[in-house]
Amino acid sequence: MASKNTTVSGLFEFLLQMGDSCLILSHRNSQWCGHGPALEEDIAISNISLDLIGQTQLWLALAGEVEGAGRSADDLAYLRDAFDFCNLLLVERPNDDYGLTLVRQFLFDAWHLPMLKGLMDSTDKRIAEIAEKSVKEVAYHLERSSDLVIRLGDGSAESHRRMQTSLDELWSYTGEMLEYDDLDPLLISEGVVPDGVAIADAWNQHVTQVAKLATLKIPDSDFVRRGGKNGIHSEHLGFVLAQMQFLQRAYPGAVW
Amino acid sequence: MSLPNADDRPSTDQIWSWLHDVPDPEIPVVSVVDLGIVRKLVWEHDTLVVSVTPTYSGCPATAVINEDIESRLRKEGIKKIRLERRLSPAWNTAWISESGRQKLLDYGIAPPVEGTGACGLGRLRITVCCPRCRSIETENVSQFGSTPCKAAYRCKTCLEPFDYFKCL
Repeated sequence: MASKNTTVSGLFEFLLQMGDSCLILSHRNSQWCGHGPALEEDIAISNISLDLIGQTQLWLALAGEVEGAGRSADDLAYLRDAFDFCNLLLVERPNDDYGLTLVRQFLFDAWHLPMLKGLMDSTDKRIAEIAEKSVKEVAYHLERSSDLVIRLGDGSAESHRRMQTSLDELWSYTGEMLEYDDLDPLLISEGVVPDGVAIADAWNQHVTQVAKLATLKIPDSDFVRRGGKNGIHSEHLGFVLAQMQFLQRAYPGAVW
Repeated sequence: MSLPNADDRPSTDQIWSWLHDVPDPEIPVVSVVDLGIVRKLVWEHDTLVVSVTPTYSGCPATAVINEDIESRLRKEGIKKIRLERRLSPAWNTAWISESGRQKLLDYGIAPPVEGTGACGLGRLRITVCCPRCRSIETENVSQFGSTPCKAAYRCKTCLEPFDYFKCL
């Protein structure tokens, strides 16, 4: 892992965190393409994957530029192994049933939107631009995921059960999103990255409000699973990358 | 080799008119100029600098649009072209021209209702007119339709489905 002694490496890691979470979540969602429970959902989740992979390209291209070693967004996406990825553990969770997929999306969107809003004020203009571009797309994502959590949570006995089980299962993965301990402190003090407390508050408020409307109970536990942002991943990421990076692994150096 | 005279270079007005011929690959009735994708044209000595902005981050048409712009300009004999991607200010649907909106409607896509972009909270109820029968009795089937920029709607009067270009 890159040393944390300089702001450049701290910035590089932050950009990887943003880009890698978008990338892995995009890939997870794309695994539903052709297998969705309803046609409109199949299309919607694929379109959201498309938005996310577009944002991945922006974040990882900037990461490569900041690193200054000549790596493109494609190089970073397809030529790193799991221990070099900085995505949240939440996004590598397997798709399981559609309820889990939707709850995962909702919990992520509820963080992603306030984070992007905060990043629009970044003192690094390149970051502010990417945030400005992405924020409107992610607002649509959050509207959709919140709506579906409410409809399915406050739905049939079956849908409620599945949504509650999913929320219980994913809850311990949410703390990692709201923590800032791993970030280079200069990024915060120099205003490159927004204040974490404001983001966590916005997340808590929105999640609590939606859970209430969805008649879902917020789990009691404050146990936090962490490590993804520092390259310590579950076994699932290995399988995700084996599939996602198959082409580059089978035909190294292949280009369009 | 001497630089071409300023007089030899086509005017930016002329170049804008050429770019009016470059269709959006997905919705060929509207041009990249109608959609507000081309932001600025500037001559830097003998190089034409074209500022373009992506619509949606993941829009797969972006690369094709850039290639089409370049090939259209080369067809007119412009040799040195530099396409610059401008992320900010972010593309928004208010930049779609009036004639672009009319072309979308005639093609069967309801144009965006300005000021109704998502904000992350509850979804706004917006009145979308059916492109076929012009009824306002329409309903949203899904916010994500055939492409990320479009929502799927259904007309309750003529019962036909149609795409709505979302406000961004």
